[in-house]
Amino acid sequence: MPEFASAVFPGAAPPGADYFSVFNLPRKLALDTRALEQAFYRQSRAVHPDRFAQASAERQQWSLEQTSLLNDAYRTLRDPIARTEYLLRIEGVTAGGRGETPAQVPPELLAEVFELNMQLDELRAGDGDPQLRTDLEAARVEFEQRLALVDGELARAQDEWDQAVEAGTGAARGASAARMAALLDKRRYMRNLVREVREALGATLGEA
Amino acid sequence: MTAQGTSLPEIGGGTARPQDHVVGIDLGTTNSLVAFMQGDQPVVIPGEDGSNLVPSVVAFPAGGDKRVVVGYPAHRYLSESADRVVYSAKRLMGRGLEDVQEELKLFPFRLAPDLAPGEALRLVLGEHEYTPPEIAAQVLRQLKRNAERYFGAPVTKAVVTVPAYFNDAQRQATKDAGRMAGLKVLRLVNEPTAAALAYGLDRRKEGLVAVYDFGGGTFDISILRLEDGIFEVIATGGDTHLGGDDIDNLLLTIALDDIAGSANADVRANPEAVQAVRQAVTEAKIALSREPVTRILVELPGQQPYARELTRAQFEQLIGPTVERTLAAVRQALADARRTPAEIDEVVMVGGSTRIPLVQRLVSELFGLEARGRTLHTELNPDEVVALGAAVQADILSGGSAATADMLLLDVTPLSLGIEALGGVVAKIIQRNSTIPASETEHFTTGVDGQTNVAVHVVQGERELAKDCRSLARFDLKGIPPMAAGLPRIEVRFLIDANGILHVSAREQRSGKEAEIEVKPAYGLTDEQVETMILDSFDHAEADFAARQLIETRVEADDILARIEKAKTHPAWRALSFEEHTEIELLVDEVHLLKEGEDRPALRASLDALDRATRRLAELMMEQTMESALGGETMVSAGEKLGDELHAPHPFAKAEIR
Repeated sequence: MPEFASAVFPGAAPPGADYFSVFNLPRKLALDTRALEQAFYRQSRAVHPDRFAQASAERQQWSLEQTSLLNDAYRTLRDPIARTEYLLRIEGVTAGGRGETPAQVPPELLAEVFELNMQLDELRAGDGDPQLRTDLEAARVEFEQRLALVDGELARAQDEWDQAVEAGTGAARGASAARMAALLDKRRYMRNLVREVREALGATLGEA
Repeated sequence: MTAQGTSLPEIGGGTARPQDHVVGIDLGTTNSLVAFMQGDQPVVIPGEDGSNLVPSVVAFPAGGDKRVVVGYPAHRYLSESADRVVYSAKRLMGRGLEDVQEELKLFPFRLAPDLAPGEALRLVLGEHEYTPPEIAAQVLRQLKRNAERYFGAPVTKAVVTVPAYFNDAQRQATKDAGRMAGLKVLRLVNEPTAAALAYGLDRRKEGLVAVYDFGGGTFDISILRLEDGIFEVIATGGDTHLGGDDIDNLLLTIALDDIAGSANADVRANPEAVQAVRQAVTEAKIALSREPVTRILVELPGQQPYARELTRAQFEQLIGPTVERTLAAVRQALADARRTPAEIDEVVMVGGSTRIPLVQRLVSELFGLEARGRTLHTELNPDEVVALGAAVQADILSGGSAATADMLLLDVTPLSLGIEALGGVVAKIIQRNSTIPASETEHFTTGVDGQTNVAVHVVQGERELAKDCRSLARFDLKGIPPMAAGLPRIEVRFLIDANGILHVSAREQRSGKEAEIEVKPAYGLTDEQVETMILDSFDHAEADFAARQLIETRVEADDILARIEKAKTHPAWRALSFEEHTEIELLVDEVHLLKEGEDRPALRASLDALDRATRRLAELMMEQTMESALGGETMVSAGEKLGDELHAPHPFAKAEIR
């Protein structure tokens, strides 16, 4: 029996043209999403398989390749987080994978996360203490606020990146890329945490 | 761009090339339809019986050497020989034994006893076994015949609709069915999207549209954004096992329990009686969409008839949980689309089950339509709208017309695609609601030195663990050059095409070697199996064709006999000799005899002889009619006056088709 293998190169760049060049865009993070959408529609009309349903097999294959590249590019670029993760990937910054890999606990959160996990376990074990619910609700609000702060920091780092690209300063680019990668990791971790708390609270609410 | 159908200059006034019609087909759980674009409007093509709907019911009558009956005529067999009839077979498309346990409790499907897990289902009908795609192919073939009869020309290409929530295996099964029916399926279109196309032909429509499609066996919800002729699906959801059938089954269960309890007569083991009860409760359901109360009355063999009253209020209480399941899917789709109900501009209702007043009320409430001064869209017949939309898409795919020139459909994949990673968890590679075609590339390596194979398990679904998702395929990446563990780098590309069907390709990057992929479709049919079934169906097709020819020849015989009867009153008849009279009478007797038999060539020969024997009669009739008509008139107006009494040059000769 062959061995199972999981994906081992999550940071690898996808093949073919990069998504920014599909739309003739520079590798910058600020983006006019309405203009992107219009460009997506325009290009879809030109290459979509529906336009080649009766064409030769070669043309159909070409259309399929072009359209899947276009769709993949649009899907990635229209979402600011996916856009940033993708940019870091093609820039060779290893962190900021596809969002599936569990991130490390950010050191400054270690104590709080430990506390929170204990409370979550208690709640899941069926501890009906109303104080526990109140505490968890408070923790949820707290983490949601911190998530918003991280998003703010990320937005600033994205601006820095764009400025560095315009100025052509390689060092500044590297610094902001590293910062974005770290922030994305932190963000992913906190989002998972918030989701877990929400689910735990929601699940026990349903039973009550 | 594609070569448009510009017609070649015609030489010598020859006939125009037969137009290559691409039809749109709604292959439904309960009913199926075929439609095409007539000018700028899609229209449904009726069958020979004049009905737009072909019930998705297939019967294999006894002693019929693989004779197949489809549609309304097949209904008859439900009460006579229920073991030779199948309906709602769409519920079994692309599914395996472990998927259909629930269906087996409620539907009289008789599965082959030797089915293995992971194998496509086989149904026992009479002496033979059939897979669900083969049964669907029979329905498709009937629709194809209806269209060919309508156009008087072959039809070989179609757009076929599928529930938006159909997975890869179910889509593949539908495509296989098309191939078996002799149809090239140019595109599988999602049913709710097709409905949106039918409604959106009027391109002034812009904004957000929700399509609520509650059919016989499936439920779909799709949220679309319409702009400038672009129909972009932004989220879709549903349940491929939730439909009007489920409501029938609720009522059926109650009625059967009732009968077992009160009349002390359990008829649950009697398929014909169960069928009669099913029919009665289905009719009651339909009646309750119009009346506040209805009466269920079923004659039962050898006992008191079963009778009870059912009010709409009772009915609504009963089906409440079923309808709530659809609403939960609507809320999920809205959440996926990141929209609130109030942002939805239009709500389109599709599928027979949307005729139920409770369904209309709850959907309208969910979207808060009344408060916004809006109403549900029910203008188009909910049974036909999907087929009409399929015809619109067929027109777009054939190069478009003035009506569809700017229209483009951008659909999504309803389910996330993932691969099983270590520990049985799913690593998602393409998220649900991604616009298709969509692709993603993953890289794999080996875990052991010198390993030359890597197994990949592809699943579809939203659950965290692979065992809870739908297994699409397992394949081996073979022929990896032996290297130290972790060194090979195998690039695997997953691509979902515009039909929502997955394709996989792989390459070992370090050696540049194409890795060999062997994809075993779960619950699917291999190409070889499909080919065999196509060959089988050609045998059928020939038998079908011979039967049809015989019927046509009989009809022709009746026609000619009637014309001769009529001609005997014509003065020309008396002008014939005794020998001529005798010959004609003898041949008439022969035709009478032969048209009751099965020997078409003999009947044909006899008809041809009769045709020759009456030739002089026809000429005499023609002359006499012309003489009396030509009182100073021109030939042309005289010809017009001949009317349909005479078809020059010979009234009895009919051009033979083929």
